[in-house]
Amino acid sequence: MAEMTVIEAVREALREEMERDPVVFTMGEDIGARGGVFLATEGLLDQFGPERVIDTPLAEAAIGGIALGAAVNGMRPVAEIEFGDFIWPAVNQIIGEAARVRYGTQGRRTAPLVLRVPYGGGVRGGLFHSQSIEVAFSHQPGLKVVAPATPYDAKGLLKSAIRDDDPVIFFEHKRTYRLVKGDVPEGDYTIPIGKADVKRTGTDLTVVSYGLVLHYCLEAAETLMAEGIDVEVIDLRTLRPLDTDTVLESVRKTSKAMIVHEDTKAGGIGGEIAAVIAEEAFEDLDAPVKRVAGPEVPAMPFSPLLEAEFMPSAEKIAAAMRELAAY
Amino acid sequence: MFSEQSSSATPGLSDNGSAVSDKYGAGPPPLTDTDLLEMYRTMVLSRKLDQRIWQMNRQGRAAIVASAQGHEAAQVGAIRALDPERDRFYIYYRELTTMLALGVTPLELLLGFLAKEGEPLSGARQFPLHGAIDRDRRDIVSFSNVVATQLPQAVGVALADKMRGEKRVTVAYFGDGASSMGETHEAMNFASIHRLPVIFFCENNKYAISVPISQQMNIESIATRASAYGMPGIEVNGFDPVAVYEAVGAAANLALSGQGPTLVEAVVERFLPHTSDDDDTRYRPPEDLEGIRDLDPIPATEKILRASGTLDDALDEEIKSLAQKIVNQATEDAENAPFPEPQDFYEQVYAPGSPGDQS
Repeated sequence: MAEMTVIEAVREALREEMERDPVVFTMGEDIGARGGVFLATEGLLDQFGPERVIDTPLAEAAIGGIALGAAVNGMRPVAEIEFGDFIWPAVNQIIGEAARVRYGTQGRRTAPLVLRVPYGGGVRGGLFHSQSIEVAFSHQPGLKVVAPATPYDAKGLLKSAIRDDDPVIFFEHKRTYRLVKGDVPEGDYTIPIGKADVKRTGTDLTVVSYGLVLHYCLEAAETLMAEGIDVEVIDLRTLRPLDTDTVLESVRKTSKAMIVHEDTKAGGIGGEIAAVIAEEAFEDLDAPVKRVAGPEVPAMPFSPLLEAEFMPSAEKIAAAMRELAAY
Repeated sequence: MFSEQSSSATPGLSDNGSAVSDKYGAGPPPLTDTDLLEMYRTMVLSRKLDQRIWQMNRQGRAAIVASAQGHEAAQVGAIRALDPERDRFYIYYRELTTMLALGVTPLELLLGFLAKEGEPLSGARQFPLHGAIDRDRRDIVSFSNVVATQLPQAVGVALADKMRGEKRVTVAYFGDGASSMGETHEAMNFASIHRLPVIFFCENNKYAISVPISQQMNIESIATRASAYGMPGIEVNGFDPVAVYEAVGAAANLALSGQGPTLVEAVVERFLPHTSDDDDTRYRPPEDLEGIRDLDPIPATEKILRASGTLDDALDEEIKSLAQKIVNQATEDAENAPFPEPQDFYEQVYAPGSPGDQS
C-alpha cells in the first residue's frame, strides 16, 4: 500500500496500462513535454515517446474524432480533454458518433476509447474552468460514464475504462486531484464499472453522491454521528450505467434518501435516482427524497464568496441531513 | 506545397501519362481498355440501380434516397486507383457507385433502401448506405448522417495504421457542403502534421442541399485549401474517370510512401435533387442543368470505348441488359425479404456481457 493523490493514481493507471498493452496510447493538449496542465501525464512522454504520447493541436473535435477513428481501428486511445468546459466541440464525435458506433453498425465496429475529463469547481475556475458537465454524457445510451472520488477508485476504474470495449467518459474532479489522498495497493487491480460503493454504512438515512462532494457528505455524516444520526453514504462511482441495486438496497434499509451533487439540480443525475427510488422503493420511504445540488445559475462564479455560495458544502449537506432525519 | 488543376476536360485514356502524375511522382499504372470497360460496367449498373431506387421512392417503396447520378465517374475512378482489400473507406451518403465498385451487391444495397433484414451495414437500423461492412470483408464505414464527422475519424484510423506500421490508405469521402465544417479543417491539419496516409476525396457537386458554391466559399477551388495545410491539392474533372483514377493513384502513392495526405477534389454535377425529399426547382434555375447532361460521363465513356474498338453495339447491349437484369432480380429479392423483427432491438448497445448490456 502506498498513499497517493488522485492525480498520482490516474497517472499510475495510465502508465501501467501503457506498459501492459501496446495499443494503449494517449493524446491531448499539452500532455507531452508539459505533462498535462494537471500533470496527469507527467513523465509519460519520456517513457513512451511521442508516438504514444501525442500532443495535439488545440482542437477538441479532432481529439474526439481521431481518438474514435483510432479506437475503431484496433487501438485503445486515452484522450485528455484539458478542461471539461472545453469539451463541447468534441461532443459531435462523442455523443453524436462514438455512442452510436456499436449500435449503428450492429456491432461490426466498436469504439473502445477513453476520454479523460477534468471537471468541477471549487478551484477558483470561474465560469469556464469549473463546469460539471457529466449529465450531458450520462444521458446517452452507448456511453459509459465514470466519476471516481478517491485515489483507489480512480486507479482501478481508469484501468477498467481502458480495458472496456465501449467508449468511456472518465470524469476526474479537479479539486480532488491533490486534496484527496488515500491508500492504493501496489500493482494491478481493477474496479468494475457500474458498481457503486458504500463508503460509509449507516442505518438512519441514505445519501447518494459522487465526486468531490462525496467527501463533504462523509464529513457531514461524521458531524451527524456525533448528534446520534447514523448516515449511510453511497459513492455512485459510475453514472452510466447506474448501480440502482446498491441504492435501492440501502434505501429499503434506511427508508430515507438524499442525493448530493455539485452539478445543477434541475435535470441532474439526482433527478434520475429520485425517480428510480420513487418507481422501485416508494413503499419503503418514510420521507420525500431530498436533493442538495448546484443552484440555478449557469456556472460557478470566480470570486471566492460567490464560488462558496455555489458549492455544496459539508455544512449545507449536514443541515439537509438533519432535516431529512427529523422528518 | 501546391495546388494542381487538371486540364482534362473530356474523358479519355491518356497514353502520355498525366500532368498530375508528373507533378506528384509516380502515378498509377496506365489504365487499359479492359480496365475502362470494367469501370463502364460499374457505372452502368450504378445508374440503373440508382434510377430504380429513385423510382421505388416515388412509388412509396423506398423511404429516402440520396442519388449518386452525376457522381459515378468520380467514384469508379477513385476506387480503381485503390486496393479494396488493403485500403479503408470512410464514405458518406452519396456513394452508391463506390459501394458497387467495392463489391457490395445491388441486392445488399436494395435491402438497405427498403430497410429489410440482411442489410449488411446496420441491419437496417440506419438510413441506406450507413453503418459498416464486416471488417474482414471490406473496411467500409459510414457511421452517421452528420457531415464531416468522418474526416477526423478517418485520420484516427490512418494514425492507428501508421502506429502499427501497416501500409494502407484511408480515404475520407465528403462533399462541398462538408468542406465548410470545422472538423474538416481540424482533420486535414492533424493528418498533415503527422503525414498520415489519408486521401481527402471531395466530390464537389456545387450544392450543399440548396446553397450554391458561391454562397459556401469565396474561392474557385476547394483543392487550393490544401496549401494551407502543407499538402498537395489536386482538382480534377469528376466526369473523367481516368483523370480521377490518375489523381487518386498519385495521392495513394504519396500516402503509401510516407509522404502524407492529399486533398483530391473531383468536380461533378448533381443530376437530381439533394435527396428524394428535396425539391430543387425551388432553388436551382433550369438553365443550371442545361447542357450538363450532354456531358454525362456514362455516354461519354461509352463513346471513348467505341472509338477504341473496345465496345460495339452487341457488347453494349449485353452490358446494359445484364445490368438491368441484375437490378430487376435484386429488386424482386429485396421486395420479398422480410423486415427485421425487433428481437435484436436491445443488442449491441454495449459489449455483450458488459455493464449496461441488455441483450
